[in-house]
Amino acid sequence: MGKLTWAAIPFDQPIQMAASVLVVVAIAAILALVTSKGWWPYVWREWITSVDHKRIGVMYVLLGLVMLVRGFIDAIMMRSQLAIAARGAQGYLPPEHYNQIFSSHGTIMIFFVAMPFVIGLMNLVLPLQLGIRDVAFPTLNSVSLWLTAAGVLLVNLSLVVGEFARTGWLAYPPLSELAYSPGVGVDYYLWALQISGVGTLLTGINFTTTILKLRAPGMGYSQMPIFCWTALASSLLIIAAFPILTATFAMLLLDRYLGFHFFTNDLSGNAMMYVNLIWAWGHPEVYILILPAFGVFSEVIATFSGKPIFGYRSMVIATMAICVLSFMVWLHHFFTMGAGADVNSFFGIMTMIIAVPTGVKVFNWLFTLYGGRIRFNVPVYWALGFMVTFVIGGMTGVLMAVPPADFVLHNSLFLVAHFHNVIIGGVLFGAFAGYTYWFPKAFGFTLDERLGKAVFWCWFIGFYLAFMPLYALGLMGATRRMQHYADAGWQPLMLVALVGAVVILAGLALTILQLVISIRTRERRRDLTGDPWDGRTLEWSTSSPPPPWNFARLPQVQGIDAYWEVKHRRKESTAASAEGQLEAIWVPKSSAIGFVTAFFAVVMGFALIWHIWWMAAAGLAGIVLGALVHAWRVEGEVEIPVETLAALESARPEPGAAT
Amino acid sequence: MQSAWTWHAGVLDPQGPIGAAERTILLNATAIMLAVIVPVIVLTLVFAWWFRSGNRSARYLPDWSYSGRIELVTWSIPALIIMFLGGIAWISAHALDPHRPIRSAVAPIDIEVVSLDWKWLFIYPEQGIAGVNRLVVPAGTPIRFRLTSASVMNSFFVPQLGSQIYTMPHMTTRLNLQADRPGVYRGLSAQFSGDGFSDMRFDVVAVPSDAFAQWLATTRARGGMLDSASYAHLAQPGTLAAPGTFGSVAPQLFETVVMGDATAAVMPPAGHSSGDSAPRSVN
Amino acid sequence: MSALDVTDAPELLRDDEVPLSRRGPAATRDVVAFGFWLFLLSDIVIFATLFAGYAVLSGQTAGGPTGVQLFDRGRVLLETACLLTSSLTCGLCALSCVQRNTAATYLWGAVTFLLGASFIALEFSEFARLIAQGAGPTRSAFLSAFFSLVGTHGLHVTLGLGWLMVMMAQVTTLGFRPMIIRRLLCFSLFWHTLDIVWIGVFTIVYLGAR
Repeated sequence: MGKLTWAAIPFDQPIQMAASVLVVVAIAAILALVTSKGWWPYVWREWITSVDHKRIGVMYVLLGLVMLVRGFIDAIMMRSQLAIAARGAQGYLPPEHYNQIFSSHGTIMIFFVAMPFVIGLMNLVLPLQLGIRDVAFPTLNSVSLWLTAAGVLLVNLSLVVGEFARTGWLAYPPLSELAYSPGVGVDYYLWALQISGVGTLLTGINFTTTILKLRAPGMGYSQMPIFCWTALASSLLIIAAFPILTATFAMLLLDRYLGFHFFTNDLSGNAMMYVNLIWAWGHPEVYILILPAFGVFSEVIATFSGKPIFGYRSMVIATMAICVLSFMVWLHHFFTMGAGADVNSFFGIMTMIIAVPTGVKVFNWLFTLYGGRIRFNVPVYWALGFMVTFVIGGMTGVLMAVPPADFVLHNSLFLVAHFHNVIIGGVLFGAFAGYTYWFPKAFGFTLDERLGKAVFWCWFIGFYLAFMPLYALGLMGATRRMQHYADAGWQPLMLVALVGAVVILAGLALTILQLVISIRTRERRRDLTGDPWDGRTLEWSTSSPPPPWNFARLPQVQGIDAYWEVKHRRKESTAASAEGQLEAIWVPKSSAIGFVTAFFAVVMGFALIWHIWWMAAAGLAGIVLGALVHAWRVEGEVEIPVETLAALESARPEPGAAT
Repeated sequence: MQSAWTWHAGVLDPQGPIGAAERTILLNATAIMLAVIVPVIVLTLVFAWWFRSGNRSARYLPDWSYSGRIELVTWSIPALIIMFLGGIAWISAHALDPHRPIRSAVAPIDIEVVSLDWKWLFIYPEQGIAGVNRLVVPAGTPIRFRLTSASVMNSFFVPQLGSQIYTMPHMTTRLNLQADRPGVYRGLSAQFSGDGFSDMRFDVVAVPSDAFAQWLATTRARGGMLDSASYAHLAQPGTLAAPGTFGSVAPQLFETVVMGDATAAVMPPAGHSSGDSAPRSVN
Repeated sequence: MSALDVTDAPELLRDDEVPLSRRGPAATRDVVAFGFWLFLLSDIVIFATLFAGYAVLSGQTAGGPTGVQLFDRGRVLLETACLLTSSLTCGLCALSCVQRNTAATYLWGAVTFLLGASFIALEFSEFARLIAQGAGPTRSAFLSAFFSLVGTHGLHVTLGLGWLMVMMAQVTTLGFRPMIIRRLLCFSLFWHTLDIVWIGVFTIVYLGAR
């Protein structure tokens, strides 16, 4: 069995052992529950093998939420360790363990919380907003989801069997090379991300094709909702950036497995090249995350102000400018590597230039609020919280874009505060806004408003308590990734940060509570019209939840905010507009290929990590065989007869009737 | 000599010209940007409040979504600020380039730095001595650093003196700093380098020139030779309980470290260095 | 001016006056081809990264052999001839497929396969020779970069050969239905792209060796 022995299970490390037992028991309990209730056929048929973008979107978001809990436990452990490890105290987490915790915290939060959340929202919403029935490649969509889940499984397996990387979330060599990381930790990291990276790349291809080739009749580029534009920019970035990650990780894997010398210390390897390549991916990655969040805010602010988004055209230009510019700034992540003043200045200036279209977006949101009739539902709280918080993070980012300022702030807790500022204030707030906003569309009832506001306030207050002290600590000379520190004067600020983390924990707990209670009391908040927010875009013209095919007839679009137009035309004219005859439609068939591919990918990945070569070959063979079986599938679609369509159509209320 | 671990001993309390210039940039750039950020935050809250749906005295403009004049302003304000800050970035990046020597009437002192797992080695090539985890320098004297790493990437950082710079194996980076006044300034590694990373602390002790000459003499007298053997011992993974010195240094040792000939990269697991070829301990 | 941009309803325009972007969802054939192009672009980015790595490391021979000392330009010329010709025959295969000509499809498919397999055989023997003489990928950073870049291309060609075999089997068992024709056209796009990458490889790696 290769390198795998019983010693891989952390029997001698109480904290890891306790965590492992907890995770295994929790998973076993869930599986037992599903089995005892006889839900497997339903779960298999309706969810696991589903190629419906709405189902896939929900599963992505669920994955992100579950991993948010896991990543947050890492955060609480870090904060509590630092709250006590002052002035010679060693805390309760020795370096070997602590170093894994911050590495898994970053890896999980970026790759397995933020990405799935954002991709999940795009999955759910894009086809509905574009007025079509599904994404371009529905089966591939399922493959993407399950490959991401495969990555999740591998990362979590590292908790129970073996260890995780101790290198930070980007695994710089030489530290991540075999000489300095001989264990399996870095291999878990690399294979989990390579496998899920394939899934993400396929999503980028899927979404780009969908947005550019499949829109409802009449919806040209200038009629697309802003969320679709930001999804397009994000998807283009995925296509351009993720292959860089794949190739770079492949190089590191070749170094570790076959003794190559891309980044090793000996035989002329070049670790600086890794830093350049990884950030050439890494910077676009953060824009992959933030652009859809910007899109969510554009939708939310316009809808709840009762006005169109201000400056549609400049929003589009700003979005695509950010998309292109995000490839020209990567060196600002390592100004201190010594590239020289000319190079540093160039990248510093390019970084600042990106702040211009971002600033334009902020102003456009501001002027969308102006002259609106703003309804303070929960998504609006998130949007306002974002506008206030994100600009602070943007400011500290532009500050560090001045190379000499970065020379004293690089890798400090100031930097940590900055990127949490923009990721929490931007991506996470956007994710929660989107989650609350589109929840009724996915499930047919809204979330509890009061609990939603409580969740918001916990995250908002908790964020400031947790991260403002870190700005101060960074200025005091505190660096990141320290397991203990000598300066007793830092401890009070660390304690405040811990309090903030606890407040956020309360917010997380309330999120779960909100979901549970909202499900229990869902009849009170049923969405009977499909349009609970008096929305402007096409997703609100469908029922909640929509039928699998979304639209019995594809809508004829005439301008932006297509559904708003429809509602107002309907109010003015009594005659129903000519919409044509219903025709039978074809929807893609469910398929197990996504799950099967991911299953064998996990087998292969685990085997490669532990050097069990026969098992790796078996895993690969499984993937190939599965693909071949799928290649011979002749019936890929199912017909929905006209009668089924007509029955559902007649049950729908008129648009705008309930407003 | 105990170091003064006061809470404000950081980037905002610089003790040298580089750090001072960088603090100025930090404060100025922040002030400029706050001039935009604060009104934006205020306006956000004001607009949200005034245009709440319950406020019927607010105008409702359901079809207003474009204004050329406003667009001109919203593109111009960020653009102008960025042009200004961009100018600052260009000028300051050149003025504060780590390679750039500090202009001074005083002759500079050369220091060669090697980051090991997990300790800092400071070689004084002209003076022929070395120190571990403590860098004694004359105050008011420009320091010309040449830096490398014995193992993995680190970052040499003394917050109160200014800029940090990465140290990388088989490569030499350069840095120029100066401590204006006598004092003790803490230093650290700012690039994560493994299990002993948090202990990679060192002190920069700036002393008056005559005290520095005296310290040199004392160090030479204390003895201890830094050569391939003692270097190999030093390179063993581990942390040092106390700073140390070497009274003499093999010539060209830094160059051999850069070329990778001084000793092969040593593998973990961590242990504590002990025994004969250890540096001479100070207090 | 209202940003609602309400123009005349599309149904009032004549069909050819509606811009392509407003005509509704594209045909499956176009959607599949476009998606596959995007995949090829992403693959090219992988190669671009490997080329960048090669460019950075091409001089890092760690005292070992350099490209000029190792590369056999005659063999490379032969490999190039095989691959470029296979691109031609692949095009002929695709044409035959579109024309539903079974025999020609098999013929040109087989020739393409043989040429591609010859390319792989030649490259494999070159790698074996280099490794045998101590110039394997573990000798230096330069050689790591060389083997990865050229090897990744070779791996793509090998996977392409496997795909070609599957396609021939699919033509045999399923005939020339639209799904099969789409897949064969995607295969030919893939094969031509590998040709283009090879042109980059032999120019930068072999002709550019110092």
